[in-house]
Amino acid sequence: MSTVLVRTDVCALDALVPERGAAALVDGRQVALFRLADDTVLAVQNHDPFCGANVLSRGIVGSVGDAPTVTSPMHKQVWDLRTGACLDTGGKVPVLDEPVDLATWAVEVRDGRVLVAHA
Amino acid sequence: MLATGSWAWTPRTDGVDLPGVFRYRTLDDLEALRAWVADRSAALGRPLRGAVVGGGVLGLEAAAALQSLGASATVVEFADHLMNVQLDAGGGEALRVLVNDLGMDVRTSLACTGLGAADDGAVATMRLSDDGELPVDVVVFSTGVRPRDRIARESGLAIGERGGVVVGATCRTSDPAVWAIGECASFDGECTGLVAPGNAMADVVVDRLLGGPRLYTPAPEGTKLKGVGVDAASFGDVFGLTPGALEVTFTDPVARTYRKLVVSDDARTLLGGVFVGDAALYPQLRPMLGRPLGADPSAFLAPEGGAPELGGDLPDDVVVCSCTNVTAGAVREAVTEHGCTTVGEVKACTKAGTVCGSCVPVVTKLVHAQLEASGIEVSRAMCEHFAMPRAELYALVAASELRTFSEIVAAHGTGRGCAVCKPVVAGILSSLRAGHVLSRDHAPLQDTNDHVMANLQKDGTYSVIPRVPGGEITPEKLMAIGAVAAEFGLYTRITGAQRIGMFGARIDQLPLIWQRLIDAGFESGQAYGKSLRAVKSCVGSAWCRFGVRDSVGMGILLENRYRRAADAAQVQGRRLRLRPGVRRGARQGRRRHRHRERLERVRRRQRRREPPPRGPARGGPRRRDARRGHRPVPRVLRAARRPPAAHRPVRRRLPRRHRRAPHDPRRRRAGHRRRPRGRDRRPRRRLPRRVGRGARRP
Ligand SMILES: Cc1cc2nc3c(=O)[nH]c(=O)nc-3n(C[C@H](O)[C@H](O)[C@H](O)COP(=O)(O)OP(=O)(O)OC[C@H]3O[C@@H](n4cnc5c(N)ncnc54)[C@H](O)[C@@H]3O)c2cc1C
Ligand code: SF4
Ligand code: FES
Repeated sequence: MSTVLVRTDVCALDALVPERGAAALVDGRQVALFRLADDTVLAVQNHDPFCGANVLSRGIVGSVGDAPTVTSPMHKQVWDLRTGACLDTGGKVPVLDEPVDLATWAVEVRDGRVLVAHA
Repeated sequence: MLATGSWAWTPRTDGVDLPGVFRYRTLDDLEALRAWVADRSAALGRPLRGAVVGGGVLGLEAAAALQSLGASATVVEFADHLMNVQLDAGGGEALRVLVNDLGMDVRTSLACTGLGAADDGAVATMRLSDDGELPVDVVVFSTGVRPRDRIARESGLAIGERGGVVVGATCRTSDPAVWAIGECASFDGECTGLVAPGNAMADVVVDRLLGGPRLYTPAPEGTKLKGVGVDAASFGDVFGLTPGALEVTFTDPVARTYRKLVVSDDARTLLGGVFVGDAALYPQLRPMLGRPLGADPSAFLAPEGGAPELGGDLPDDVVVCSCTNVTAGAVREAVTEHGCTTVGEVKACTKAGTVCGSCVPVVTKLVHAQLEASGIEVSRAMCEHFAMPRAELYALVAASELRTFSEIVAAHGTGRGCAVCKPVVAGILSSLRAGHVLSRDHAPLQDTNDHVMANLQKDGTYSVIPRVPGGEITPEKLMAIGAVAAEFGLYTRITGAQRIGMFGARIDQLPLIWQRLIDAGFESGQAYGKSLRAVKSCVGSAWCRFGVRDSVGMGILLENRYRRAADAAQVQGRRLRLRPGVRRGARQGRRRHRHRERLERVRRRQRRREPPPRGPARGGPRRRDARRGHRPVPRVLRAARRPPAAHRPVRRRLPRRHRRAPHDPRRRRAGHRRRPRGRDRRPRRRLPRRVGRGARRP
């Protein structure tokens, strides 16, 4: 069975502040959108698996090596924004049995609009 | 073995036994002094006038103690300057200026010739050798100590000319079966007055008792003034008495410092030093006593002098901690042989720096140098992106035109920053007034708290804390806070810093909440800031029966003056009491005592891994504890602070259909906080629409 990807128009690129996240509701899930300094936009789940609150869009954007990252505003775990991989768990485990890595969404910027792809 | 120490000597003048006259030697002396100041000032209904006879190290310490108890302090000194044993005249004069600034009155070249009593028998006047009189309510004598050698005298042991049991280098007295150490022992006609020589003598005795050959050799002593709030220190040949000795002096009347080095006639060897106003050099130079300085003496004293960094390369046999007689070599060994990797571990391992603490800077340098030499990197980097600590980055940025993170990281760092360096840069830029903290350039640097001007809580909501300078608030403002809290369904609590916290605000509610609060005349209380947050004060003279000064006014003044002053750390003015000397109530003391005892019991139990006691427990929180089984301490105590169920904002079991329309005061309770907490907490499925629209700012 093949799945058809739908693109949802979320907002204008200009509405996003570079290196500051924003939360969007896409197909019933909270997505944290990050516009990087070079105007690429990346999307990961807004839900912080470690504390169980929906706060990742409020984290600080930065880098580890080449990887663009976000740091949880709650307890400072760090994820790679491109892959959702957790780079630093801060020695903690998630409150529920959630995976430490984040779900990611493909994002396209077309004509100054931010489109998030989902099934 | 005699180790009887010494007793505080007082001159035999009239009135030294009057009530209100004290010595400054033992804890009992201090307890009595404290009780007298409290009772007497209550009886007289005013702060006491205090005087200290003797302007030495301990006399100044006693004067500072009097001040901290709420009395004034006049220091009467027989010699022509303060600390005349440790300081030269120039240093003494510099010290006088500094202690005057602390509010002490200093009267030198004067002796106390007698004390007069008031009608009720307590001390009331001090007569001085210039025929003057000083009104006094409390007097402390700090006029030196005499060795406590009565037992020795009565047993016929040899006694020194100036007192003290005569000992030789083996620490034996004139009777080889009797030893003497510490302040009661007279070696070469001198008795010591510090901890270090006593310890050294004790080492000799132990060694000898075990058949060893050790001999006592007096080490040169250094002295540092402590507990007064003013730097004064000296070591070695303070007065330049060594033949041919040269003195290099640097006086800065603006910065109020006086520094002097005494060196040998070829200006190479360090013979002594005096430091007043700034004793930073003392711990560095003291270990160099009697050794080549390695640089021009004036290089050390010049204000921005290129003083060679001392510490890391000290010879192994140099004693760095004179209190515990620990050498540089022993410190290095702690790193190389015993595997210590921090200064704390080295202190625990060698005991260096554990007595007076004045050697800690040098020990730190030694440890770092040794760690580096051993290939263990002592990183001073802030994070992966900046290789320097905050202070250095601040200096670099301040001296340049760089005013955005991108410019700064391009010039001085790598990558795109992280949650460590970005807020640091934000703080630096805000100190340098580089623009609004939420401008497009600066907003991404802020932690979420600084970004939304509220504090993130565990469930992703925020607490809002308006500034209440000095804790003073009008009924109208109280009602405004109440109205906001009721409308948005927020949990309220008086914070530890005398403000009112409103908890449970969603991020999208913050702009509305802040608009309401700003209209009522509030501003953010910076409860999240690395800055001055709040100044706590008591009610002061406006209302208090005992108030003598306007502490609320002072609190408001301080808070308004320094609010938001960005810093590297948070600053909180602790309880401001402008009338020191008022003690905590007995009940409060007892409560704290009981609290500590309870904590200790719980800890002890946990150490032994015992279950908590069962059966009827004392008080609510403990009963909870017993029912739920073993819990770490903080939870036990926190449980006591939970609001009664009726006031708790969380309604766990309200079904979904109970959700109200927007702006219903109960809406938040039902909808927002409905989901259960703890183990079966699930992520909330829907967010209110607003949040999807990009970050909002209040
Ligand atoms: C306020 C104050 C601050 C000081 N600060 C410093 C400082 O910062 N650095 C420093 O190096 N030094 C400092 N000193 C000095 C230091 O405390 C003393 O040099 C040191 O404690 C002397 O040690 P000791 O063992 O010789 O005598 P003590 O410590 O005085 O001990 C003597 C003990 O013998 C007991 N004793 C006396 N007679 C008898 C008897 N007949 N039978 C049984 N017991 C008896 C006494 O009760 C006492 O407990 C300070 C002193 C004071 C008072
Ligand atoms: S500290 Fe404040 S409240 Fe206490 S007695 Fe003084 S003025 Fe009154
Ligand atoms: S010199 Fe006093 S603790 Fe080291």
